[in-house]
Amino acid sequence: MSSDVVIRVEGIGKRYRLGQREPYRALRDVIAGAVSAPARRLRKSGAARREIWALDEVSFELGRGDVLGLIGSNGAGKSTLLKILSRITDPTKGRVVLRGRVGSLLEVGTGFHPELSGRENIMLNGTILGMRRSEIVARFDEIVEFSGVERFLETPVKRYSSGMQVRLAFAVAAHLEPEILLVDEVLAVGDAEFQQKCLGKMKDVTRDGRTIVFVSHNLASVRALCPRALVLDGGRLVFDGSTEDAVHHYLGHLSGGASPAVVTGEDLRRHVAKERLYSDQPFFECTRISVLDEEGIPASAFSSDDQVTIEVEYTVLRPVPALRVLVTLTDEQRGTLLRTETLDDPASDGPMRLEPGTYRSVVRLPRNLFGEAEVDLNVSLIAEVNQVVDYAALVPIEIRFTGHAGNMRGGAVLRPQLEWRTDLVAERASMTSAQS
Amino acid sequence: MSATAEIGSHYDAGRVTVIEAKRGWRPLDFRELWDYRELLFFLIWRDVKIRYKQTAVGAAWVALQPALTAIIFTVVLGHYAKLPSNVPYLLLTLSAFIPWLLFSNALSASTKSIVENQALVTKVYVPRVLIPAAPVFAGLVDMGVGFVVLAAAMLWYGQVPSWHIVFLPFFVLFAVVASLAVTLGLSALNVKYRDVQYTVPFLVQAWFFATPVAYSAAVFPLGIRPWIGINPMAGVVQGFRWCLFGNGVGQVGHIMLVSFGVTLFLLIMGIEYFRRVERSFADVV
Repeated sequence: MSSDVVIRVEGIGKRYRLGQREPYRALRDVIAGAVSAPARRLRKSGAARREIWALDEVSFELGRGDVLGLIGSNGAGKSTLLKILSRITDPTKGRVVLRGRVGSLLEVGTGFHPELSGRENIMLNGTILGMRRSEIVARFDEIVEFSGVERFLETPVKRYSSGMQVRLAFAVAAHLEPEILLVDEVLAVGDAEFQQKCLGKMKDVTRDGRTIVFVSHNLASVRALCPRALVLDGGRLVFDGSTEDAVHHYLGHLSGGASPAVVTGEDLRRHVAKERLYSDQPFFECTRISVLDEEGIPASAFSSDDQVTIEVEYTVLRPVPALRVLVTLTDEQRGTLLRTETLDDPASDGPMRLEPGTYRSVVRLPRNLFGEAEVDLNVSLIAEVNQVVDYAALVPIEIRFTGHAGNMRGGAVLRPQLEWRTDLVAERASMTSAQS
Repeated sequence: MSATAEIGSHYDAGRVTVIEAKRGWRPLDFRELWDYRELLFFLIWRDVKIRYKQTAVGAAWVALQPALTAIIFTVVLGHYAKLPSNVPYLLLTLSAFIPWLLFSNALSASTKSIVENQALVTKVYVPRVLIPAAPVFAGLVDMGVGFVVLAAAMLWYGQVPSWHIVFLPFFVLFAVVASLAVTLGLSALNVKYRDVQYTVPFLVQAWFFATPVAYSAAVFPLGIRPWIGINPMAGVVQGFRWCLFGNGVGQVGHIMLVSFGVTLFLLIMGIEYFRRVERSFADVV
């Protein structure tokens, strides 16, 4: 392999037998299984074994200093690919050749121990990430400064706020300097300001000539960091090229099948940013949040003249005296762009009083409001003194300006179609005729 | 690129790693283990630090445990133990209890180590063998404290150690290797079958009575005595006594030979089993 190729992936595949990922087995299950196995084998004789390929026939090459983004919906195989590259799990077939020291960042704060102090955790976590003691010592001050926890270095990490823990953990990870860096979603932590700082740090890292593979659900950060991207779908590599094209390919792909524009069940739980329950039993449970186009088909990419519909479905379990549903659109760089809630409805006379049952709250964003926007959908259900749930970054919504009234000039987040009037205020003699 | 390149150069930057589906025999990668020696050190250091941080009396516990146990055994069993009388019973028990503690603590801690350190398996790559190995080595610190207690007791009884004591480091190593041999396989098995960690307390208890800690190997008839060495800890324990008190504690050569053999066999089996199943740890744990 030529010395310029730093990562070569050849026909990688990873198979999971269904049931293999169950948490663990008790011995009694195995014994029970052994007893009933002959019978089952008789019944299922000839039937294909139930297995899935989480990754299938994926090949690509990366040169020194290349920065690659991995895009794909949940279960597309992004994380599996990253786990194979970082040697956490073995491929079922295929081959990967890596040249240089590999650092992987699949989680911030791996191995952090709550009883140990900040200083001790920096040393421990750094070593786990593959740093040498001498390297950590050399960068210690930088790490501490980046994390901003100077005053609590000798305090056990268990007394840190969760924000401080994340900052410290990211600070250690950010100072990892391998030739190949594999990063998974770690930027999606901390407050907006710190995220911005992390994104900046990642940009610095990409300029250092290191080879990076970056996985994120946040298309904006993939765009900002990676010139090239792969799109994975159902374990297969379906696109390899410039990030702009990859994003379009990916967003176009989403129209059918399990769309990321619909978030339900377990996925919904994973997006919970804040939850408060002032009672032992919940009052309501959100079941489904979706982004739909005019036809009611789930979508997350729109033209500026499309109508975007957001639906929130929830089950009220006990009578709720006052419930509000909030929809907030946020932008990574600018923060909150838009907020609307059930209370805004001119027909509403206050928070809703709801009896047990299944409800659906729907809001339609007007056409021609946004120009070019990449926003995240956040939804909150608020029953003030009873229960509050915030869901963050549910669906990345992308809006492209398509022009109105023949004007194609976009270049703004808000590009509403407004009425203009131009009047002649006073007449003046023509300059050209005066000169001649 | 000055500082960065220099610091990073400890690791071989031009190193080529090949990842592919591997089957069958996978020997330990000693070069990789050497690269990760600092991590082993930090894992050991973490285990020791946390243990001493979380208890009120800290180090005192580590000294009290063997001391109190030996005293209890002396009071309760002193008459029936059939230990040679030229060395006080308390010293014979204490000297055996020190390696036994290393082994039993290793068994309890290592077996669940991989399950308890899931993040080290699923979120990052480190040589997995280090995870169950760290608690075994961490036991050496306790052993050091144990030796201080033993030295104090020997001073109290005016017992002079035998010149065999120069072989003690070898038997300390033997105790560590025997612990590794047993725990590597168990820790890997526990990833798949969580039952293992629940059976360990019973295993430790049964094993304790099968090992001549509170009694002497001399209770067994001469003919079958070497075969108690099938229990590696029998060899370790007898070895410790031999080092400290000389030949007077009874002939131990055959027991140790059998123990060496069994330990070696268990170690190879343990490593082989561990290496075979570690590739699926991240998917199963």
